[in-house]
Amino acid sequence: MSAHNNVPRTLPRFSNTFDPHTLSEIRRAAATGIYDIRGAGTKRKLPHFDDLLFLGASISRYPLEGYREKCGTDVVLGTRFAKKPIHLKTPVTIAGMSFGSLSANAKDALGRGASAMGTSTTTGDGGMTPEERGSSKTLVYQYLPSRYGMNPDDLRKADAIEVVIGQGAKPGGGGMLLGQKITERVAGMRTLPAGIDQRSACRHPDWTGPDDLEIKIEELRELTDWEKPIYVKVGASRPYYDISLAVKSGADVVVLDGMQGGTAATQDVFIEHVGLPILAAIRPAVQALKDLGMHRKVQLIVSGGIRSGADVAKALALGADAVAIGTAALVALGDNDPSYEEEYQKLGTTAGAYDDWHEGKDPAGITTQDPLLSARLDPVKAGRRLANYLAVMTLEAQTIARACGKSHLHNLEPEDLVALTIEASAMAGVPLAGTEWIPGKGGY
Amino acid sequence: MNAQTNLKAAPDETFDLGANPLRELNGALHKAGVETNARRWLVANPNGRHAVACGINAPLDVTIAGHVGYYCAGMNQQARVIIEGNAGVGVAENMMSGFVHVKGDASQAAGATAHGGMLLIDGNAGARCGISMKGVDIIVKGSIGHMSAFMGQAGSLIVFGDAGDALGDSLYEAKLFVRGTVKSLGADCIEKEMRDEHKAHLAEKLKAAGLEGSIDISEFKRYGSARRLYNFHIDNVDAY
Repeated sequence: MSAHNNVPRTLPRFSNTFDPHTLSEIRRAAATGIYDIRGAGTKRKLPHFDDLLFLGASISRYPLEGYREKCGTDVVLGTRFAKKPIHLKTPVTIAGMSFGSLSANAKDALGRGASAMGTSTTTGDGGMTPEERGSSKTLVYQYLPSRYGMNPDDLRKADAIEVVIGQGAKPGGGGMLLGQKITERVAGMRTLPAGIDQRSACRHPDWTGPDDLEIKIEELRELTDWEKPIYVKVGASRPYYDISLAVKSGADVVVLDGMQGGTAATQDVFIEHVGLPILAAIRPAVQALKDLGMHRKVQLIVSGGIRSGADVAKALALGADAVAIGTAALVALGDNDPSYEEEYQKLGTTAGAYDDWHEGKDPAGITTQDPLLSARLDPVKAGRRLANYLAVMTLEAQTIARACGKSHLHNLEPEDLVALTIEASAMAGVPLAGTEWIPGKGGY
Repeated sequence: MNAQTNLKAAPDETFDLGANPLRELNGALHKAGVETNARRWLVANPNGRHAVACGINAPLDVTIAGHVGYYCAGMNQQARVIIEGNAGVGVAENMMSGFVHVKGDASQAAGATAHGGMLLIDGNAGARCGISMKGVDIIVKGSIGHMSAFMGQAGSLIVFGDAGDALGDSLYEAKLFVRGTVKSLGADCIEKEMRDEHKAHLAEKLKAAGLEGSIDISEFKRYGSARRLYNFHIDNVDAY
């Protein structure tokens, strides 16, 4: 278009295929020769709980009084084989996150917040710290492929054991903790040299496949005299088969993590292109449990993008027994807080978008091992914020349940839900709003 | 029963796994040293059961009269466990301390992720022997399979015989000594000079296993990490 005529010009137009972020990634790759590594979960827009709505009670259903009639929220996990199942006051649990990826103060705060609300928190790749055991009334000990810091003393101190097969951010991938965060203490707990880029194995070292897993679970039970609930955690990819095999292997509880679930550090291409959104994974997981006659006998915990009591209620209505939060819990502690905007700008990002958790420079003192940055997080105050947030989520879920006439969150059911989009309708197995149509069912 | 085992004196307790459940055996071993004075145990008729004598945390002397399945003596602490037969996958996995002796052969992942103690295998060990080892000393009088000491972090793996493919792949700081041939080395694992301090280290481990003087230390070669993969660098991408 010539600048010498008076014909109106069209506005500059960015390509939807080669959008500004894509262009910046091509330039970054060309400059460095290495893939992009970052923390957090997928950032792409996905079918999610926002695409579902509840049908409140009216003439055909009786609601419960919002502030007077009881609506239970508790959940018991590990009723299948464990001698000592765990009893939580709210079905919102804290997902596994490692000391190493998080500061000791952040782990302490997670334990404080969870304990104040009567729920559990979970260790991560790197072992159990005395701080988190001390501050967590109910602590789930992760059993990971790396076995960093794994020892029978901590195993016996735990209230439950979670065998981690994978996580939603990277099903099929192992952990990663870059040298900036491998301090002397972190290195000591993992029996590694300080400062190296640590890569965790993606497969367990001493078992392969479901038949071996059954034997491994038997060993863990024998080691702990059959007291502890054994969870099996999988990233959402083939949920019907993975949940079936976890149940067959003897799990008390299965944990299903969608691709919105966060990670401390992984390749961006892995986070964005591998796995399923949690909305697409719950229905096949519940179907697997039902087909085995194990729904509500083997409890299902789902995670990946849980943000509110509405998300909790929707997950439970689809058949989950509990949920786990990770990213949302970190935000409640103070992650990505706008009060640190100036410092986020210095790191080349902005509050709300900061995801270079692997670099250990977190201004909020959460995803770091830097002692000065870590000291910014007051574990008591941060724990209080998390407890408040958990309380709000629980109250919100109760509000919805009462409106649907349910005296316990676990009485929510798929019949209480409709979908706003055809995709969500097909994935969740609930009718498109205003219709009785579920894609894939009834001959369509 | 004594005639079939190496027990030099009568055991304090004999447990027949052919007639009693595994859960009772492990429960009793976990209480031994705390609620009873029984130190010397004989486990009869193991018949390949999995998870036999796992999770002990007391200075017990346990002899298992036969073959065992997966994870025998798993996460052992303090105990001396003698297996008078072959051992399945993951014998002494994640051991913290103590001594585990397999009189026969061991399957895959022997001593996997073990943090301490000593694992002695009279026969051969299968693939991934010492995988992710974190401080244990493993001595194999026979040969070991492929991918042994994969991601080995600390401790010593001493092999009288040969090693299979990809020994020490992605190795951290575990020390590897092989007397026979090594079919191939894994990524970032290299042969290193066997200096006097390494010979002394090897002699010390053999002495601890009661094998002092049984083999010529000068016949061993030493392998360790080249440490080229400790920090990711694009020039090493072909090695990952």
